[in-house]
Amino acid sequence: MSARDRILAKLRQNAPSTANALPDVATWFATHRPVESMTDKAKRFHHVIELAHAEVHAVNADTWTGKLHEVLKARGIEKLLVAEGTPHGDAALDDLPPRGIDCSVYEMAIEAWQSELFDDTPASLTAARAAIAETGTLILWPDALEPRLMSLVPPVHVVLLDASNIHNTFYEAMTAEGWSSGLPTNALLISGPSKTADIQQTLAYGAHGPKELIVLMLGAPEGAAQ
Amino acid sequence: MNPAPSLPARPSDVYFFATCVVDQFFPGAGMDAITLLEKLGLRVHFPEEQTCCGQPAYTSGFPDQARKVAAHQLTLFPNDWPVVVPSGSCAGMMKHHYPTLFAADPVRKAQADRLSARLYELTDFLVNVLGWQPEDQGEACTVALHTSCSARREMGVHLTGRKLLGDLGQVNIAQQDHESECCGFGGTFSVKQPEISGAMVEDKVKALQATGAERVISADCGCLMNILGHAAWKDAQEGRAQPSLPGEHIASFLLRRIGGAQ
Amino acid sequence: MSEHTLHFKPTEGFRTRSKAVVDNPVLRQSFRGAMDFLMSKRAAQFPDDEELQSLRSLGEAIRQYNLAKLPDLLLQLESQLTANGIQVHWAETPDEANTIILGICQRHSAKLMVKGKSMVSEEIELNHAAEAAGIGALESDMGEYIVQLAGEKPSHIIMPAIHKTKEEIARLFADKVDGVDYTDNVDALIQIGRNVLREKFQEAAIGLSGVNFAVAETGTLCLVENEGNGRMCTTVPPIHIAITGIEKIVEKLEHVPPLLSLLTRSATGQNISTYFNMISSPRKPGEKDGPEEVHLVLLDNGRSQAYADEQLRKTLQCIRCGACMNHCPVYTRIGGHAYGTTYPGPIGKIVSPHMLGLEATASMATASSLCGACGEVCPVKIPIPELLMRLREEAFSEPHAKPAMRGQGAGYSPLISAIWRAWATVYRSPALYRLVSWLGSRFGGLLPSRQGAWTSVRVPLRPAPKRLRDMLKERG
Repeated sequence: MSARDRILAKLRQNAPSTANALPDVATWFATHRPVESMTDKAKRFHHVIELAHAEVHAVNADTWTGKLHEVLKARGIEKLLVAEGTPHGDAALDDLPPRGIDCSVYEMAIEAWQSELFDDTPASLTAARAAIAETGTLILWPDALEPRLMSLVPPVHVVLLDASNIHNTFYEAMTAEGWSSGLPTNALLISGPSKTADIQQTLAYGAHGPKELIVLMLGAPEGAAQ
Repeated sequence: MNPAPSLPARPSDVYFFATCVVDQFFPGAGMDAITLLEKLGLRVHFPEEQTCCGQPAYTSGFPDQARKVAAHQLTLFPNDWPVVVPSGSCAGMMKHHYPTLFAADPVRKAQADRLSARLYELTDFLVNVLGWQPEDQGEACTVALHTSCSARREMGVHLTGRKLLGDLGQVNIAQQDHESECCGFGGTFSVKQPEISGAMVEDKVKALQATGAERVISADCGCLMNILGHAAWKDAQEGRAQPSLPGEHIASFLLRRIGGAQ
Repeated sequence: MSEHTLHFKPTEGFRTRSKAVVDNPVLRQSFRGAMDFLMSKRAAQFPDDEELQSLRSLGEAIRQYNLAKLPDLLLQLESQLTANGIQVHWAETPDEANTIILGICQRHSAKLMVKGKSMVSEEIELNHAAEAAGIGALESDMGEYIVQLAGEKPSHIIMPAIHKTKEEIARLFADKVDGVDYTDNVDALIQIGRNVLREKFQEAAIGLSGVNFAVAETGTLCLVENEGNGRMCTTVPPIHIAITGIEKIVEKLEHVPPLLSLLTRSATGQNISTYFNMISSPRKPGEKDGPEEVHLVLLDNGRSQAYADEQLRKTLQCIRCGACMNHCPVYTRIGGHAYGTTYPGPIGKIVSPHMLGLEATASMATASSLCGACGEVCPVKIPIPELLMRLREEAFSEPHAKPAMRGQGAGYSPLISAIWRAWATVYRSPALYRLVSWLGSRFGGLLPSRQGAWTSVRVPLRPAPKRLRDMLKERG
């Protein structure tokens, strides 16, 4: 018998004979978490992710590349990794180089340019698929156009979020979007810049991932992002 | 304001289960608890045949021996009166662990369930059954309260002792550091792991002394045995003639405060 | 590396190790400070007790629901992962798990493995096995990196280097990391670790990680972390190997949000961790990063033994938050190393006997005052004190033919058992009790002034000259 068969046989032999009722997750959330208006969700998201040391700016479809330029300039960053072929990546490619920001793209598999990504890519721009108000969380589903390492390796990570995609809770996000019927290679929740408190409980940012997380919130309702 | 919670019917008679620690080591506390209950108008019955709840064997990993001793206690309370126990720890054993201990013995399980339903830790009984509010007749003083882990976590009666002390107008309750932390007694733990238990009681006594309270009050004599035992040991080590941390059972303290001590 | 042992005997020397910490005021204060910090962080996350208690009940129900279906869910997980392109391996023992992992390394001629935080990899002593096979195994969680650099083991399952001061870490880095001068600036120290490890993520052929939740219905491995090293380990190297105990499985994706909330709030007092990384397949055609191969190793190592017993099965509800140790007055006094096991604290006491046998762990269960703080904070309501009493019973009862646990009876002592039998004989008999307690009240003054361990820090016990029953009689 294989280890697999032996383990399964041991478990089967001693498994309880009756099944437990399926836990009622939906009711718990319905009774313990608020369902808020878009404005309140945006406010809550903004407040909570800021507590986790992220920076949030309210933008609109016409101004966001300008704000992006501003936050990069303020940090002296002159190079940005963008996802070519995505609407936001292409918009950045159109708007930023004329203003003096060099835009690089993730056109090859990582093996071909790993050292450049690690050593010579100070910032990146990705979109967030959605967000979670309760925990101040961005949801990213990296894909072929916008690969996984874009949100991890560059020290400054700028994320474009449409405020209309903010869910109340993680539970609501996964049920509303039907995640249980299939997940991508890698789904990510990001709730601030990389951090650690492993040295004498002292919080330090930029442990292994981005040192700064900047959210550009598109279409944030009035008053949601001050 | 919440309306006052409704109290169960006031009994005329109660059983008193003293516990072996009170019977043998803190008889004064037991006497004071009985006197207090009598002053509140109850007939107190002390079953002569009582011994020990069985907890020492139970927590040490000898449930069979605990079961024998527990089975005897099940026979002590034939009438349907409440059973009052001046210890959160022993009350927790009888209220919560007896039903488990006799799970495989339907007759005793039924007895254990009936006992469990009418068994009270003393301060819980005073507050939640009698609705008693002591009237303070004593001088102003500051005390620290130590609540046993069983009273706090098993019985959920950590607020009743505090409420009774709080009702005493002249008594100030000092807050000690890490109040909810165990004193380190834990029955046989104190002798099986003396280094750890010793460190715990050392910290507990320091925290109690740091409050400046003139005494420590507890509703559990096991904890008192440990806490006062360490404080006295430390006093001897450091050559103090007067106890640096006196203490007593809450029943004794309450009885004195209402002017009922002999 | 020093002091690597494949076979823990935590019972041996436990008291000596405890005493060493108890007698060290600096260490004692450092654990106390760290535990106070973690306790207050957790408390701030649960201002509403009703919310906490109902979420704990939900967490318990989710864990019990999934454990009840464990064999079916393991098969579902296996088939879903396989369909997603993730290769599944099964290991009954630490040796089998190491053989599987090192076999994958060798097939790819790997020289270096970078590791995200994984207590299961500590449990199987993977670093030791890798080293013996000539493969470098480098910890990348900052705390684990520090501990590895010092040649030590983690002293806490969430905060591995909690026993070290920043000055100690500063000296360690200056001594052990090339080209580093002494600095005790925490940001600078983290930056040093970041720079070293970023090189290693790129160099390593293998990334190893643990798993916080494995979702059967979608075939997804979930990882909770703050630093980003877990994402590095699972994204940069060409091969990702995840290892998990067989119990960490949930059937439904919707089981994850309540458990995640309980985990991060209980562990470090965060409403959520910085990263929640959900991996469902290796790199797909057209994707530009991520490992080409993903493996999952499912480890038993005694878990099926706990599973077989209805009461002991509750041990497997654990989601490894560490709140029990943060709130444990014993852990606070002695820290993690004194236990001598991979998992310290209350959870270590109840899980280690299944991994190591009671022969090696019989005395661990006695190192508890049964104060109940662990059970009170456990986010999935494991009745830890009750399990400790059960383990005491298993350890000290006479060995019998159908034991529920390996090493049952390992702590059996005919003398101790006889003493408890005699105790029961006295206390079940009112007449004998009256006699013995009367003798105590009469002759208690003759008791020795040194009463073993009790009087090491306390005055001797003396029965009162009159028992309560005597006082009642006199009163009439």
